[in-house]
Amino acid sequence: MIQPLTREQMAARVARDIPDGSYVNLGIGVPTLVANYVPAEREVIYHSENGVLGMGPAPKPGEEDPDLINAGKQLVTLLPGGCYFHHTDAFVMMRGGHLDLTVLGAFQVSETGDLANWMTSDQYLPPAVGGAMDLAIGAKRVFVVMEHTTRRGEPKILKTCTYPLTGTGVVDRIYTDLAVIDVTDEGLVVREMIDGFDLEDLQEQTDAPLRSADDLSLLVHRTEVDLSSGL
Amino acid sequence: MIDKRVATLTQAVSDVKDGSTILISGFGIAGIPIDLCHALIDRGATDLTLVTNNAGSGHTDVAALLKAGCVRKIVCSYPRSAGSIWFEELYRAGKIELELVPQGTLSERMRAGGAGLGGFYTPTAGGTLLAKGKETREINGREYLLEYPIRGDVALIKADRADRWGNLTYSKSARNFGPTMATAADLTIVQVREIVELGELDPECVITPGIFVNRVVEVGASS
Repeated sequence: MIQPLTREQMAARVARDIPDGSYVNLGIGVPTLVANYVPAEREVIYHSENGVLGMGPAPKPGEEDPDLINAGKQLVTLLPGGCYFHHTDAFVMMRGGHLDLTVLGAFQVSETGDLANWMTSDQYLPPAVGGAMDLAIGAKRVFVVMEHTTRRGEPKILKTCTYPLTGTGVVDRIYTDLAVIDVTDEGLVVREMIDGFDLEDLQEQTDAPLRSADDLSLLVHRTEVDLSSGL
Repeated sequence: MIDKRVATLTQAVSDVKDGSTILISGFGIAGIPIDLCHALIDRGATDLTLVTNNAGSGHTDVAALLKAGCVRKIVCSYPRSAGSIWFEELYRAGKIELELVPQGTLSERMRAGGAGLGGFYTPTAGGTLLAKGKETREINGREYLLEYPIRGDVALIKADRADRWGNLTYSKSARNFGPTMATAADLTIVQVREIVELGELDPECVITPGIFVNRVVEVGASS
């Protein structure tokens, strides 16, 4: 019986690969949790599209300020050294390639790194894109963190995305509850996989062809802060 | 003497015409000029085009403008926030036009509008649905889309402090679209927590120079 990673364990796994000294934008959902698992020894500057660099955790009770929020409209704090700027500059940082890394959620990723994370085929909901397209094409590296399949068991890693794209050829690495997969010029390479799975098992849950890295290792379940990096 | 102060919200929006394009600052609730929005509703404005990041949530400000039937079209990046019920209702009923623009493109189109530019090429949205019908050009091996400027007849902005010349400071992430929108409208109207004497704002901390501002109205901290 295999045990997929929980959302927290997925966030903790991504956190291992957030480099010291990097400027990082975390998307909404599981990506936001990543900050909780980055070791305090690493100095990471978090960017928010609404004009914040050096964003800190949620405020303590009594210290909330409705003027200080993140992209998900949650209340946050500013760390010493942090600063504010207007929206156009926030997107200069994103589109202009100044962010080292972004971690995003996704509906689908293709074998060539196409990303679909802004719109499903649900015509009932009005479309909404926010800053997703600017981040996807602008950040130096794009990590996606998502469940390996949909709740109905359909693959989310596909030869070609069926949902509308956010960006083409933008994703560098995919973290799922079953594996860590690199998007390379030669296709998808599995770097880590959970215990009890072989490549064939993983392939069954993946539409796009996978191959195994020479140094394939175990994807471990843990949420404690970890100083080793899988990069 | 230059004095951009106006005494009341009613006065501040008295000459906003029906059918205008209105830029409205704010991201989520931070930086939304709530009082100016409600003054516009009280004036009975109709047929407006709003340019704003979100489509309002709950029943106040942008949502209230939608609910009151003031709006014909909205240009925004994210009209699906929790509680955007009035927008969703109008959208499903086909009673409002939506132009969806990626957030950075929205901001940059207004920057271009304020900066006197005829447009710009951006890689954002290349190869996506939102590139449909747009002129593209390959520059240094990458595909870019031509985007045109956005200007407003009016900008409604929330800032923190102002002086009578219209110089503005902001509060934290409530700054967001304010500085860009202030440059991109024929008439920029700003609500502030406090109006101070000339010279009281540290010139190093002025974010929007008064040249971009036409009117300021003090509303206090309550809004």
